[in-house]
Amino acid sequence: MKPYNNKAWWLVLPVFVLVAFSAIIPMMTVVNYSVQDIFDPSTRYFVGTEWYREILADPRLHDSLMRQFVYSFCVLAIEVPLGIIVALSMPRRGLGVPVSLILLSLPLLVPWNVVGTIWQIIGREDIGLYGWILNSLGLDYNYASNPRDAWATVLVMDVWHWTSLVALLCYSGLRSIPDVYYQAARIDRASSWAVFRYIQLPKLKNVLLIAVMLRFMDSFMIYTEPFVLTGGGPGTATTFLSQTLTQMALGQFDLGRAAAFSLIYFLIILLVTWVFYTAMTHNDNKG
Amino acid sequence: MSLQLDNVTLSVRGETYIDNACLMLEPGSFNVLLGHTLAGKTTLMRLMAGLDMPDRGTVRLGGRDMTHVPVRQRNVSMVYQQFINYPTLTVFDNIASPLKQAKVSRQEIARRVEETAEMLGIQHLLGRYPQELSGGQQQRTAMARALVKDADLVLFDEPLVNLDYKLREALRVEMRKLFESRHTIAVYATTEPAEALALGGTTTLLHQGRIVQSGPSDEVYRHPCNREAASLFGEPPINLMPMTIQGDECRIADLRQPRPDVWRSLPAGEYQVGIRPHHWSLQPLEEPAFRLPVVVRVAEISGSETFLHLSHDRIDLVAHLIGIHEFGVDQALEMQVACRQLFVFEPDGDLVLSPSSPRPTLASV
Repeated sequence: MKPYNNKAWWLVLPVFVLVAFSAIIPMMTVVNYSVQDIFDPSTRYFVGTEWYREILADPRLHDSLMRQFVYSFCVLAIEVPLGIIVALSMPRRGLGVPVSLILLSLPLLVPWNVVGTIWQIIGREDIGLYGWILNSLGLDYNYASNPRDAWATVLVMDVWHWTSLVALLCYSGLRSIPDVYYQAARIDRASSWAVFRYIQLPKLKNVLLIAVMLRFMDSFMIYTEPFVLTGGGPGTATTFLSQTLTQMALGQFDLGRAAAFSLIYFLIILLVTWVFYTAMTHNDNKG
Repeated sequence: MSLQLDNVTLSVRGETYIDNACLMLEPGSFNVLLGHTLAGKTTLMRLMAGLDMPDRGTVRLGGRDMTHVPVRQRNVSMVYQQFINYPTLTVFDNIASPLKQAKVSRQEIARRVEETAEMLGIQHLLGRYPQELSGGQQQRTAMARALVKDADLVLFDEPLVNLDYKLREALRVEMRKLFESRHTIAVYATTEPAEALALGGTTTLLHQGRIVQSGPSDEVYRHPCNREAASLFGEPPINLMPMTIQGDECRIADLRQPRPDVWRSLPAGEYQVGIRPHHWSLQPLEEPAFRLPVVVRVAEISGSETFLHLSHDRIDLVAHLIGIHEFGVDQALEMQVACRQLFVFEPDGDLVLSPSSPRPTLASV
């Protein structure tokens, strides 16, 4: 039998320790909460799957989950094509390159709560540019009272904040395409649609995968912006999953339910991300 | 259709890339562009294709001025050093792509793709994707795409560089066959003199953006118009030594020797002699020869050949010998070269005399 040297385990030990503290231990704590009913540190009861059953039947969760899916879908449907278009129209050489890179990076440097505050002001119909313009155009826009307007504002805010990320990722992908591909396409008399479809898009696939996953995960966890803008209102129009969760955990101090909710939330993100990843890489051997 | 370049010049930001190039390429000819990297081979091809526009001069195709006609409106194709194929299309669709753009009927496309694929020996790979192919097969696909559309001008920009040695030789032989029965002008850029001779046809020597010489390959090889042409067309490049003729004597470097018969007609004066590396011999020759004492710097053995890097009186020389010869560093030797195999150049570089050797073979380059 071949002798094994097990010393290498010591080399991976630091990673295990790190992951244990950063992910496994906190998560197991949550699992621990989710199967118990806790009144105070000495009074607790094991309740099994009761919290899960209750949460899954909770209409409040159904509503915010639905809202969340529609929101994330809109974010991806707008930001990904828009990011590609922006990247395609960015200059390839000259002074325009650093200028556009800096302009695009600026929104990314703004913290979430500041973005919320900016739009809170910009969206006001009395002193805000955006709100004032919309109202002058005859649209009755008021994010504080109209659920549809609040919803749209949160979406526009995210598009303003994060389209740059998609654009920058796509731009870096486009830059990695050697010039000979474009030359060959010109010699083949390929149309610009064909160049996009058969040269640029295949080369963008990997960065798009990253962009889609990042934007999905991030938008699915959105909390700060709607919280700052309207506190999740009007009503529950912009109360997304993470805010529902916070209300449950900190507002009502319902730790058991909130823990069960967290785990379900986590599994949803994991599942959807896995679906995206598999869908976008399943025919890798072909392309 | 013939391709004619007249005084074509291109400079970018004050740097001259192509300097006054004049060239005439016949239909059905196979033309090699030979030069070092950065000599302007790719730039010249881009000008021929219409990917770039020259600053001055005209490009004519079949007598028609095409200088400012963009590449999309010309009928050219190009094969690159990198293997350029559409990654998401099958080999069939890759080869068919230029025909689809040209709106050729479906049956016609299928027929021509299959015909071209068969010519290049990739007919069994038509359903595969480029990533599933070896480098040689990918390049064959790219070549098929270039050949399928019956272009007036097919450009090959060092297409075999990224392939391994064996494959390169195999494809090189096929290249000639592919073009034998065509009326296309083929242009093939390479840095390797051996490739130019093996491909036959005509060779155009390019150096620092200038066309040094152009003509049938073996002609250019045997009678290089000047020192530059002789050095470009030979690997390792030709050895050069100063030479003086005075009366019945001549002096090569610091060695006095009687003037050989083949140089009877040369007037007295300063010259340079050129010695092809493979003309050196270790054995005494039966014919009039120069003997040169040298010191070995490096003996580089590659397969069944030896490249001897030598020096004589601070002049560096290279000898290309068949067989394995082992020498120590700083070992003293006497090398010989037959007088009739020497090139003679003017001090300013023009050719005075070239040896009347038989047609060169690939092994002798």
